[in-house]
Amino acid sequence: MVHRTISHLLSNYGMAIVLLLLCIYYSWATLQRQDLSAEKAADAIAKQISSTEAKSPPLVVAGVSPEEIKFVETLRQKVPVARIEHDPPSVRTALEQMIAAGQAPTLIVCSEETAKWVPNVIARFSNLQNTRIITPGASLWPTFLQKDNLLNVANQIVVIAVMAVGMTMAIITGGIDLSVGSLVALSAVVTGLLIRDHAGGVAAGPMALLTCSLAGIFTAGLVGAFSGAMVTFFRVPPFIATLGMMQVTSGLAYIFSAGQSIYDIPQSFTWLGRGVTFLGIPNAVILMIILFAIAHVIMSRTKLGRYIYAVGGNSEAARLSGVRVSAVRMTVYIISAMAAGLGGVILASQLKSSSPTYGQGYELYVIAAIVVVGTSLSGGEGRILGTLIGALIIAVIQNGMNLTGVESYRQKVVLGLVILGAVLLDKLKRRPWKLPRFLRRVDSTNPIKEPDATIS
Amino acid sequence: MAAQATAPLLRMEGIDKSFPGVLALRNVRFDLYPGEVHALMGENGAGKSTLIRVLAGAHRPDAGTISLAGQQVRINSPRDAEKLGISVIYQEFNLVPTLSARENLFLGREKTSGPFLSPRLEHRQSLEMFARLSVHIDPEARCSDLTVAQQQAVEIAKAISLDARILVMDEPTASLTSQETEKLFQLIRELKRRGIGIIYVSHRMEEIFRLADRVTVMRDGQYVATRPTPELNRQMLIEMMVGRKLENEFPKEAPAIGEDRLVVNNLQRGPAVKGVSFTIKRGEVLGLTGLVGAGRTELARLIFGADRRDGGAMLLDGRAFAPRSPKDAIDRGVCLITEDRKTQGLVLAHSARDNFALPNLNRLSAAGFVRHRQERDAFAHYIQSLRIKIPHQEELARNLSGGNQQKLVLAKWLQANSEIVLFDEPTRDIDVGAKHEIYLLINRLAKSGKAILMISSELPEVLGMSDRILVMHEGRITGQITEPQNATQEQLLALAMR
Repeated sequence: MVHRTISHLLSNYGMAIVLLLLCIYYSWATLQRQDLSAEKAADAIAKQISSTEAKSPPLVVAGVSPEEIKFVETLRQKVPVARIEHDPPSVRTALEQMIAAGQAPTLIVCSEETAKWVPNVIARFSNLQNTRIITPGASLWPTFLQKDNLLNVANQIVVIAVMAVGMTMAIITGGIDLSVGSLVALSAVVTGLLIRDHAGGVAAGPMALLTCSLAGIFTAGLVGAFSGAMVTFFRVPPFIATLGMMQVTSGLAYIFSAGQSIYDIPQSFTWLGRGVTFLGIPNAVILMIILFAIAHVIMSRTKLGRYIYAVGGNSEAARLSGVRVSAVRMTVYIISAMAAGLGGVILASQLKSSSPTYGQGYELYVIAAIVVVGTSLSGGEGRILGTLIGALIIAVIQNGMNLTGVESYRQKVVLGLVILGAVLLDKLKRRPWKLPRFLRRVDSTNPIKEPDATIS
Repeated sequence: MAAQATAPLLRMEGIDKSFPGVLALRNVRFDLYPGEVHALMGENGAGKSTLIRVLAGAHRPDAGTISLAGQQVRINSPRDAEKLGISVIYQEFNLVPTLSARENLFLGREKTSGPFLSPRLEHRQSLEMFARLSVHIDPEARCSDLTVAQQQAVEIAKAISLDARILVMDEPTASLTSQETEKLFQLIRELKRRGIGIIYVSHRMEEIFRLADRVTVMRDGQYVATRPTPELNRQMLIEMMVGRKLENEFPKEAPAIGEDRLVVNNLQRGPAVKGVSFTIKRGEVLGLTGLVGAGRTELARLIFGADRRDGGAMLLDGRAFAPRSPKDAIDRGVCLITEDRKTQGLVLAHSARDNFALPNLNRLSAAGFVRHRQERDAFAHYIQSLRIKIPHQEELARNLSGGNQQKLVLAKWLQANSEIVLFDEPTRDIDVGAKHEIYLLINRLAKSGKAILMISSELPEVLGMSDRILVMHEGRITGQITEPQNATQEQLLALAMR
């Protein structure tokens, strides 16, 4: 029973656990002292001062770096401060003057930097033995888990993840779409060209930008419809049909843009890729989450979702059950292409430019994100949320390796091995685990030679 | 039978095997003499396959002994079985479809001269082997181009060339035509002459009575009895298998036949269907039989819109009916219960409930969203009324027995409220108990006013269950029998073979 529960857990959440373990590992590996920001440090000090009930305002000793100046400024707004000094000689003079005036400080506030030498200065004054030195201190916290880094992970994966939403559907029908990388470029180029040539370039307004982006996505959808038609009406295997379309699409992107990058794009276009409006989460990440939610609902609760699974599971049985298999296949390729088109728009927005070189090789990352969680390329199974986890796994590994200083050639090797390892894990999970034959001790080369052995 | 005097080739005694939660075999025994055909019979789930797997080294028994020619042996792996001269020919052949017959025959033990393959030597030896079995197969033909019967012959030749002394055949005639079955029987007689012992697993009674020397019956994982075939008859055998008295194998009821429901006029498609016309009336079970390849399945697929018609017209309840896809046919209340459940009827890797809902999602959804509770309730209703044995609704279709898979297919079409039900081999490879339930269901459907076309190769079934019988031969209707209760199998065969 316990065993069943565990295997159930593993089969449903196995990859989520892997993701969690990866996060824990990189948190541990990047654990280091993190200086507090100026505001937080000032906050902490102000709290400490008010809790000590000091009779006189403290002496503040801080350097002149921008961080330290900001720290002092913030602190002054929160609590009264006796004097502010910057270097050892001035501190000594200040202390002498204060003692002479009978106002020897009971508290000295230091920054991380000045705390290194202030105690030496104080040691020379015998009547300052009871004076306490307080510093903002630093916290032990993993670089990996810093908000900026986590946002970075999300930003890096957003394009791949959005593309993977559509590709997952294609793969569940038993197909594949290799043209998505090129579609990123095509959509970015079409959007960029329209903005530059028809929407007034840098002066383009928000409605114009939206229209241009939709036109880019729609163009990608047309290409998807073409691939879908090749697959459904002419029975070209999806791998080959989309391999051809990958070349065609990439070529078109170069032709349209004349091989040039497009930079005449207004700052406001980066709202999608770089902007933040809600809870500090980038807009593109929110869009990605919404897309995954919609796709999850489609796949698990709607007729279309059921049909997609059924076509992948057994297309003939689906057809004989009244499913319009061709229509389902067409839909899936169009969705996949449009998702890639949206990926192109996001990428152009992140980079505030567009170029026919965008998205090269992305299809492989997208496929990797899908198969890494055990989705079978033969179709009929797979989960949208699994794909999200897969995309995150890949992003976390890449980011973690960057943080821990693994150089980029090695990163490729590691990433490839991780994908293989994950798929292997999935295979082992699906069948009772057995040692490979050559590792098993029992040898039965000649069974006849054991006449008296009963079978037990 | 004369061989009985010698020592048994194989003796299995006291075999126990349990899987987590299931006792699959309990104290089972089985023996086999050289040159004997020993049939192994029982309903699905009786433990036949498990016993075969124990013999083939795929399962290790928990207790019991196996001896070959009086010597006790252990069979720990399929390789052991092969070395001991045990060959199993499964329903799904172990041939590589893209390789030639010769290459398959010598796969894993290729003939070489020096470091190079010697196709010529292999070719000669395969010709000899095929000649000895008197089958005509071009050794260089791709396996995927061979007929099922020829592929089976390649498997048998391979077994013989491995010096098999014991040959296990699991439902060998399941996808053979009548002529091919005859050839197989000749081949089996040839193998008998050579002293090979054959374990023959089949649901088909006629074959057992024609071929087997003895029959062993299993039920619920236990040994029931072993009898020489001449001491048995059909009724006794069925009763041994189901473990109770069976009053009537075909529970046909008096029909209440009404007006015409489906009128088919001069339907045509290529060489398979050449101008077929007939009518099915309300409440009628129209039997359709003929040899495999006569065009029966193709005809059903045309009516269902699964293939394109070359010509012909149909009327459904007086209105024109011209389906361009299965969806059109389903929308008009026509359904096809295909001959091959596994490749055409079900999505095996999906849950039983998903399979059930597939043709019914329009009714089980609102604004594109599937209504899960309604779906669950509807399926629960059919699980109960059809007595589908299933641990829970999410069980994969793959894991159901043949009979329950067939009931699942029926459930989905009953939910679809089909008015014209086209059955293609409704009881193929289903055990006796489940067959009976399917027959009762066909009666119930007819009674409720539906029109039923029942395609079947089992002549007793056609005679026992139909109100009227059509016989097809090479794409044409070659005969009609209006009073099945007075007809004989010979009459049907004569119409089918002319």
